[in-house]
Amino acid sequence: MPLPRLIPCLDVAGGRVVKGIKFQGLRDVGDPVELGAAYSDGGADELVFLDVKATLDGRGTLVHLVRRIAERIAIPFTVGGGVRSLDDAQELLAAGADKVTVNSAALERPELVTELSARLGAQAVVVAIDADGGAVRSRAGTTATRLDAVTWAREAEQRGAGEILLTSIDADGTRDGYDLELTAAVADAVDVPVIASGGAGTAQHVKDALDVAQAALLASILHEDPERLASLRTELRELGVPLR
Amino acid sequence: MNVAICDYGAGNMRSVRVAFARLDARETDDVLAADLAVLPGVGAARTAMAGLRERGHDTLLRERHERGAPILGICLGLQLALEESEEDGGVECLGLVPGRAARIREGRVPRIGWANVDDRGAFYFAHSYAAVTPAATGWSEGIVAEVRYGSFVGCQFHPEKSGPLGAAYLEEVVDRCLSRV
Repeated sequence: MPLPRLIPCLDVAGGRVVKGIKFQGLRDVGDPVELGAAYSDGGADELVFLDVKATLDGRGTLVHLVRRIAERIAIPFTVGGGVRSLDDAQELLAAGADKVTVNSAALERPELVTELSARLGAQAVVVAIDADGGAVRSRAGTTATRLDAVTWAREAEQRGAGEILLTSIDADGTRDGYDLELTAAVADAVDVPVIASGGAGTAQHVKDALDVAQAALLASILHEDPERLASLRTELRELGVPLR
Repeated sequence: MNVAICDYGAGNMRSVRVAFARLDARETDDVLAADLAVLPGVGAARTAMAGLRERGHDTLLRERHERGAPILGICLGLQLALEESEEDGGVECLGLVPGRAARIREGRVPRIGWANVDDRGAFYFAHSYAAVTPAATGWSEGIVAEVRYGSFVGCQFHPEKSGPLGAAYLEEVVDRCLSRV
């Protein structure tokens, strides 16, 4: 198996990186291009960029921002938020994204995952799942669905998702630790890699997540102090996590 | 130094373009005459082969290989250089290199992440298929990571996504092309 991955996540709204708690009270924490470059230079294994308001505002993802970030970094780059069609996805890949994430649009029309995977390859398609407990929510957490996370993850995999990005809304921004039970349940249910998201506060939290998932998403823990990434990597190595 | 990047109409060609621009390579459309031709790796085998044929790149790449001119295949680009791929129910590929691409049967698939290539350090991989070939020159966890055959060099990892180590890998490929001139 490849090495466990640390993936800084830039939640972007209105061209700025923002962070909230449990998806609420978004605060401005910086410039996406500067932060993206700092993380890339600081040892990030990948970057994720989510336009968190794209679905709610009904506008496309900020393609020019993707272009600027892609020019500055030399690590894999995943982009999502407001991806509703193959055209949307191809526009992002053409701008320099390596993978796209789909969330709300895939819940409304699961065939989207099948279409993206057939054309772009499974490795370019990440299905993002926002879950409250085990219940899937759509539209940046604002809307309940009838799906549970394990069932939806299985369907997404069957439809050709190459990775599952699982965010616990309960844990998001709390720095109290990942939802390990939910993450383990989803990781056990699928054979594709799972990225754990929501709740990182300490190196131990991240290690615990990497014991059950293949990658850990990091946001709040980094944004106030981007140099935290390097010290986190050191602490994780001391805890026995084999990072690159 | 100029480089022809074979765009077959799928996925992210931009990272490869940016990576070669950083090495001061100029881009050209002339697949036959370029100092280096690059077959990037994104998408699925069937649509990629169709895209190459549509643009006439399949013939040009074969001719280029016969002339002994350097070609670099990245990820799917390496697999496309083989004789055939298991992907999409079986696809006939370029046949520059003996062997075939077979589905990975161990671990989580797609195999995504950084993994060591022999003792050369960790590079970034993202693939569901891997080469089975007598031309392997590099390995990662039992999977073919690099292939060399005649003037063809293929890497299963993405050097353009592998940070400083990946940049150094591409620079070495470019240097070898320059030393031929």
